[in-house]
Amino acid sequence: MFKTKWIAGLALGALLAASGAHAQKKTVAVSIPAADHGWTAGVVYHAQAAAKEINKAFPGIEVIVKTSPSASAQVSALEDLSAGRNLAALVILPFSSEELSGPVKSVKSKGAFVTVVDRGLNDPSIQDLYVAGDNIAVGRNTAKFLVDKLGGKGNLVVLRGIPTVIDEERIKGFQDTIKGTELKVLDIQYANWNSDQAFKLMQDYLAKYPKIDAVWANDDDMLLGVLEAIKQSGRKEIKYALGGNGMKEIIKKVMDGDAVTPVETPYPPSMIKTAIYLTVANLAAQAPVRGAVKLDAPLITKQNAKEYYFPDSPF
Amino acid sequence: MSAIPHTLPISREREFAISWTDAGPFLALAALLVIGYLINPDFLSATNLGNVVARSAFIAIIAVGATFVISSGGLDLSVGSMAAFITGVMIMCMNGLASSYGGWAIPAGMAVALLVGLVCGLVNGLIVTVGKIEAFIATLGTMGIFRALITYLSDGGTIPIDRSLRDIYRPVYFGTVAGVPIPILVALAVAAVGAFILYKTKYGRRCAAVGANEEVARYSGISVIKTRAIAYMIQGACVAVAAMCYVPRLGAATPTTGLLWELQVITAVVIGGTVLRGGTGRIWGTLAGAVVLELIANLMVLSDLVSEYLVGAVQGAIIIIAMLIQRFSKSK
Repeated sequence: MFKTKWIAGLALGALLAASGAHAQKKTVAVSIPAADHGWTAGVVYHAQAAAKEINKAFPGIEVIVKTSPSASAQVSALEDLSAGRNLAALVILPFSSEELSGPVKSVKSKGAFVTVVDRGLNDPSIQDLYVAGDNIAVGRNTAKFLVDKLGGKGNLVVLRGIPTVIDEERIKGFQDTIKGTELKVLDIQYANWNSDQAFKLMQDYLAKYPKIDAVWANDDDMLLGVLEAIKQSGRKEIKYALGGNGMKEIIKKVMDGDAVTPVETPYPPSMIKTAIYLTVANLAAQAPVRGAVKLDAPLITKQNAKEYYFPDSPF
Repeated sequence: MSAIPHTLPISREREFAISWTDAGPFLALAALLVIGYLINPDFLSATNLGNVVARSAFIAIIAVGATFVISSGGLDLSVGSMAAFITGVMIMCMNGLASSYGGWAIPAGMAVALLVGLVCGLVNGLIVTVGKIEAFIATLGTMGIFRALITYLSDGGTIPIDRSLRDIYRPVYFGTVAGVPIPILVALAVAAVGAFILYKTKYGRRCAAVGANEEVARYSGISVIKTRAIAYMIQGACVAVAAMCYVPRLGAATPTTGLLWELQVITAVVIGGTVLRGGTGRIWGTLAGAVVLELIANLMVLSDLVSEYLVGAVQGAIIIIAMLIQRFSKSK
């Protein structure tokens, strides 16, 4: 009994001391999905890098990164983050718009500056700042490149990801751009952003169609599978196999001047870094940052690939 | 309490009736081949069939192990995550050894994979037998653990194999012996060993006895704990062999490697004629079951009959129909 009292007292004291120390600093909480596949691994990497850099550069600001494996875990994380201290700002890449809208709103109501990244919330009035990539441009720019290089003629096969808004936007950007040309999409199926499934699907495409001019995989994880399947088949007529997202292995190919994968379109996981820096700019220097920032998805070519290459990132 | 041993009635089924049940999965296979040919003649091309059978090899090899676990009355949900974990550890070992040992890093990595597989299987087996935790729950737990470990090892990204090893190792998936892809040969070899153990050895009979009736097996002097634990270790070894064939295919391990393989494996075993509640095991049927699963997926892509959104539904329906036909033919 006596012992437990002491421990409780010590814990309480430590807690008070900790929160006292925090009170002097402005806390920026970053809530992101846990790394469970390539792109989110990239997000975690860039978020942690930004936190480290900012904590070093601005003594008055503390950036805390918290990853969550599911939407409900993210809601709990938000409660934990905002319970103990007063958040100056929250940077959130929400798991899903539906489930996170309410909880983020309640953090906002306590006075935090809210930055939403990538997936929007249901109520745009919650966010002070919105940072996102352009999925339609991912599809559009890839399609433009193919229309250009193939002279507007040829047979394409497409691999889709998981049925979500992101996938739909990319496909829409792609299909709208090739409309009116003689580029024909022979087939389009789901491979769930998974290399294995993409490998199998590409094998099947190759068995089904005797002549394929180009492949678009909509994401680099799938592109890896596609490239292996093409290599195995020994088929030489496929001029281009393109992906998207900015995986370092693919950027490396572009840097090395690969003939089949000469370009790449980014949907950069580093957008989380952009969001954190902008948010901190508001806190540290009163720079006005309210609004929406849409990062473009420019074609990455041999010339500019270096800018998008992060050899230390897991993605 | 003394157990009164039931004198089992000697099977009165006629010879061909038994073989009907055994032949079920192979008949399904034959039917699919005919349907496939009618839909798209390219389906029967050697390349296509070679591809399909080769890529069903992972599921088939793991499913051979699962046949032991299931026929001994257990279940292993962790095989997909375990495959990813073993793949990750194996690649990291090989990469670490590559600079000093060159090509010898590959057999060393394989040995490590086998060891890790056996240990993973032993852990599962001990939790289920000594810990007396329901197999479903125990392996659900280790499924989460193995998946988390591979995500941790890879930082959520990819663990690619060292470039210098890639080309040396590549033939293990893409190579052929006398025109037959190597993964198919490995699967056949694993199945042959599995069939020998299950059908011809004392251990195989104990396995089925434990699965059929644990109490009776115990009173007959069979160590239930040992028998089941060994079944899980065989499963672990099979997962390791599958990982050895898998690594050269894409040359990387990621947190999504082997996702949902456990369900495919269980489906293959059940389509193959093994009863999910234990007591019997059919190794060759399991092999056919794995190929049937992959063939269905392949056919769905080669045909233009249904929308891309409905592919999963058709696959599910075909599996259920296959099972119903089996049930129907068994009850006769």
